[in-house]
Parts: sequence; C-alpha cells; structure tokens
Amino acid sequence: MPEKTFIEAIHDAMDEEMARDPSVVLLGEDVGLRGGVFRASTGLIEKYGERRVIDTPLAESSIAGVAIGMALNGLRPIAEMQFADFSFPAFNQIQSEAARFHYRSNGGWSVPLVVRMPYGGGPGVHGALYHSQSVEAFYAHIPGLKVVLPGTPYDAKGMLKAAIRDDDPVIFLEHKRAYRSVRGEVPDGDYTVPLGPAEVRREGRHVTIFAYGYMLHESLRAAEELAKSGVECTVVDVRSLKPLDVKTIAEAARLTGRVLVVHEDNRSFGAGAEIAAIVAEEALMYLDAPVRRLTGPDVPGIGFNHVFEVEFTPDAAKIARAARELAEF
Amino acid sequence: MADWKEAGLTAEDLVGMYRAMLLARRLDERQWVLNRMGRAPFVISCQGHEAAQVGCAWALTPGKDFVLPYYRDLGVVLTVGMTPREVMLDFLARAEGPSSGGRQMPGHYSHPRLRIVSQSSTVAVQALHAAGIAYAARMRGEDSVCYVSFGEGAAQQGDVHEAFNWAGIYRLPVIFVCENNKYAISVSHTKQMAVENVADRAAGYGFPGVVVDGSDPVAVYRAMKEAVERARKGEGATLIEAKVERLVPHSSDDDDRTYRSREEVEEAKKRDPLLTFAERLKKEGLLDDARREELEAEVKRAVDDATEYAEKAADPRPQDLYTRLYATAPAVGGEAAPGA
Repeated sequence: MPEKTFIEAIHDAMDEEMARDPSVVLLGEDVGLRGGVFRASTGLIEKYGERRVIDTPLAESSIAGVAIGMALNGLRPIAEMQFADFSFPAFNQIQSEAARFHYRSNGGWSVPLVVRMPYGGGPGVHGALYHSQSVEAFYAHIPGLKVVLPGTPYDAKGMLKAAIRDDDPVIFLEHKRAYRSVRGEVPDGDYTVPLGPAEVRREGRHVTIFAYGYMLHESLRAAEELAKSGVECTVVDVRSLKPLDVKTIAEAARLTGRVLVVHEDNRSFGAGAEIAAIVAEEALMYLDAPVRRLTGPDVPGIGFNHVFEVEFTPDAAKIARAARELAEF
Repeated sequence: MADWKEAGLTAEDLVGMYRAMLLARRLDERQWVLNRMGRAPFVISCQGHEAAQVGCAWALTPGKDFVLPYYRDLGVVLTVGMTPREVMLDFLARAEGPSSGGRQMPGHYSHPRLRIVSQSSTVAVQALHAAGIAYAARMRGEDSVCYVSFGEGAAQQGDVHEAFNWAGIYRLPVIFVCENNKYAISVSHTKQMAVENVADRAAGYGFPGVVVDGSDPVAVYRAMKEAVERARKGEGATLIEAKVERLVPHSSDDDDRTYRSREEVEEAKKRDPLLTFAERLKKEGLLDDARREELEAEVKRAVDDATEYAEKAADPRPQDLYTRLYATAPAVGGEAAPGA
C-alpha cells in the first residue's frame, strides 16, 4: 500500500470525489490557482475548471452561505476555511443555517456540505493567536452538525470521502501539524471510513487515553515510551466528536478504570469535559482513579514565541507523565 | 400608477393580483384576531406590503424559480402556490404545517415542492443562500431565477453585501428585493443608513438597482419582470427596492405608539395598496363594487375554511422533537435523545 502524507490524502479524496461526482465543487480563499495556502487542492482547478474550483472573495460568511445555497440546489460543496480561526465570521451561517435547515424544515431541505478547516498549532507551527486555534468544541455543541477530526492519512481520505457523500453538514477538521509530518498507508482508489465510530489504536491494561487529531500521535508516542517501563496504555482515537461513540468510550474506560483525556483545545467546556461526563455516567463503578484531563490551558491561543508554543501544547512527555501518575494512583 | 398594458398584464391578471392581495390581507387580519383571542401566540404581518409582494411573485414561474422570502412575505408565498390552509397550519404550529411541522415561528415559510426555501430568524442570511442556489442553477445551465427578499433593516447586514458581491462577480440570476417600510422594528431608516435608497448600493456591486412605488403592484411587476428576463438571459442580478408602508406594529408583541405618531400611521394608511389598487381598478372599469364584494366573500370563505381546518389539525407529538435532525443517519448513537 502506498505511503502518503496527511495532506496528500486530503487532496486525493477531493480529487477522486470530484472525478466521481460532477456535483462536487470546492470553494474557498486561494483554493484555485494557488491550490490552497497549504496546497491541499493543488492541480484541481486545472483538472476541473474554475466553475467547480472557486477562488472566492475574502469573506468567510459568504463562503459558508453560498455553499449552503449550492447544497440546497443539488451540489455537494466542499467549503474551505483557510484557517479554522477564520471560520467565526461564518459561524452564524454554519450554526443558524447549515446545522438547522433539515430540522427546521421538518426534513424538507437538507444541506450536504463539508466545511474543511485546518486547525491547531504547537511547536514549530508559529500560528500564534489567530492561526492555531482548536475550534472543535464550538461546533460539536451544535445539533445538526457532524464534527470529525481524523488523525491518520487513511482516515483523512476515507472520512473526507464519507463526509462529501453525507447528506448533512460536516465540519472536517485537519490538524496543521499532521499535514506533512504524519505519514501512513493510504490505499489507491475508493474506500470510505464512517463518520462516528472511534478506533482503538493500541490496547493496554493500565490506563486508557482518549485523543484525536495530532494529539493521537503524541499519545501513541507516550504509550510507546510508557510500555518500556511496564505501563500499558489503551489509546482510543476519538476521531468523531459528533456523533460521539459513547459505546466504545465506555468500554475502553471500563477496561482499565483509569482515564486520561488529551486535547490541544482549551480546557473548559472542551471535548474532554464531555468524554469525562460519559465516563462518569457509563463507567463510574469501574474507575480506580479520578478522570484526568490534559489539555491546552484556558488562554486565548498559542503565543507566537516558541516558549509559548511549548508551554501551551500537550506533548508525548506531558502525556506520559500524566498517564504514569494515573497508573500509580 | 404604472401602465398595466405596457407592463404586459391583462385585465384578468389585475383582478387576480387584487384577489391575491386581498387574500393575504384577510388571512393576516384573521391571524391578529386569533392572536388577540389568545388562540395563537404570535403574528408577524404583511399589511401594507401586499402590492410589492404580489407584484414580485406575479413575475415568477412557480415551482421552477426559487423563492427565498422573509417573514412578511405572505403575499409572495400565496401567489406562488401556498394554500390558505397551509398558511394557517404553519401559523398555529400544527404537525401538518408544510414549513416546519410546528418547529418554527409563523412567517418562516418553507415548501420544497414550490421551491420556497426555509427561513431563519436571523435576518439577511438567505441572501447568500440565494447566491449559491443561483450559482448551482447557472452551473447546470438552467434558466431558473432566484427571488430573495429582506427589509431595509436587514439590508444593513454584511451577508447582504457579500451576496451582492457574489451576484455581481458571477452575474448570478438573483433578484434581490428590499421591502423598505422605513422601520426596523422601531428604528427609523435614517438611523440605518446614510443614503436615501438601498437600491443605490447596487451600483457598487456592478448590477442595476431600481426604486419602485411598493404600493403599486403594476409598477413592481414591471420592474420584477425586467429583472427576471435579465436574469434568465444570463445578464445577472437586479436589486429592486419597493417603498412600502408598514400599517401595523412590527409584530403582535410590539407597540408602535412608543416610536411612531398616530398621524404618521394615518398618513401611511392613505397609501394602503389594497384601497388604492381597488380604486384604480374601479376607475378603469375592471372591478365594480359587486365583483369586489364577491371576491371579499370568496376570500372570507377561504380564510374561514383555513382557520377551521388548522384549528382542528393535530399538534406535533412530543417525540417529534427528536426527529429529522439528520438526513443521513449518524453512524453511531441515535438521531437525538431526550435531555434527561
């Protein structure tokens, strides 16, 4: 199986879906001639033309709002927010409109829309306060959306294809550090990965770590390190926050009785709080230690200076320390 | 008033337009009665806007052209084919209501078969949807057009400007209609914008803007017809601003005496399109008193029937709260579950 980077997987999914289905269009800032600022859409405008690969005006609300209109009239738009941080001008269109169309029309209309957003930061990204935010909690709170954060190139391709074929609005979050640093096997040709089920990436009997996106890889590195000293971790890739795979989360928590939730997003009211609540509701009697969260702090983003990047971001060493403390509790 | 023959209308059209305006008015009035009787929680009114609404909708092809109305557009949705029964079912939030099955407030019209697209309460968002719908139609080489309306208050929202911009860049077949009644709830248009006409802004986006007398359905129709023809030919968007009067408070929860003098309201009533249009039709020998009374009786029967039907119709069931959240069933968990 060929090995590809995360961003190649994103590119291939869009390319293949556009070839397969003429109703798929891509719109966003610089997605055409430039091929996207991260080059996710390189070559697509040459292949599919400027009617289907649309360099939009620099106005995010219009990217989401026009894409919703396209979706209402038979197209399957992929709207790219250049950075997740810039999705907030489009927030109303996503939350009040895309998410509610089907419900508010009692099933009369639907919005098959994918909103792709590069998110997150960390050491070496130098995204600062407005090019490195994690935005998943905002969107995962909204009924009517699906919110996914693949961690591997295999999932990036398979889940993006599933998202494009889905008849509901899907917020598709791509971690910027994963784009070029994460490589993995990606089959050529067609396959999809369902939007919802979590995946157990490693099994171990002492501590269960829940993570997603780039933090999945830091967590797997931590688990590898801990195994050397006899602490065995289960690592669950919670690649979909909406819907959330309650069953797999509960089973994985019961398995070890010691739970660590890792995310880069701010701590309060984040995905970690929801996962911890599910563990409390579904697995409390199995717990041998309090549930622990390791997250980004409650400050408005990752500071530009390298010191701030390191201080803000959870990494394998911090995860290993937290997991070891849990194992020894 | 504009010349109806020159606008391409027949005598039959004119009486039909009057009937549509009358139906909208009488349905609206009945809604207020039901509200004041405590049998309906909320009314948002079309009174004073009927000529603009019917004039616009008369130029559309129902079921082919997309209609993205705003909450006052009762005259529009009736003209493109919503029935009085459907309107009253929605008004009373009944399960059978086509717009939302009891989920949305009245005035939030939706009717997929008639291509009436579901609305939000956040104003102006639909202008962008119209641009996207029109883009998709053009991409497939169809000649459908897209009507989208909003008040002059909503015209201050960024989404309207962003939609104008898209429509200008891609010469989209959108007809933007601003029903300017001079009040955004209580705030005068003079505090909403520095220019006199919303339509003046079209120039900044590269397509024509037209101001019309919104109490004259013929003038509105003529402007709309031109705009629709341009759009169908691929010549792009038009912004039509219809100057109308709001004859009642913003909604059943508003009291306009705190911000609008009674003299001003009385003055506005002199421009009531239902009266001025009836007078004109009478003067031109197209509608005598007897025919007008017949139409009144016919409309009253339709309103009575719709009221009776909707009042007897079933409410949604509690469990309907949880359905139709997703079009593609989620891969894990249910669609939605009770909160407790």
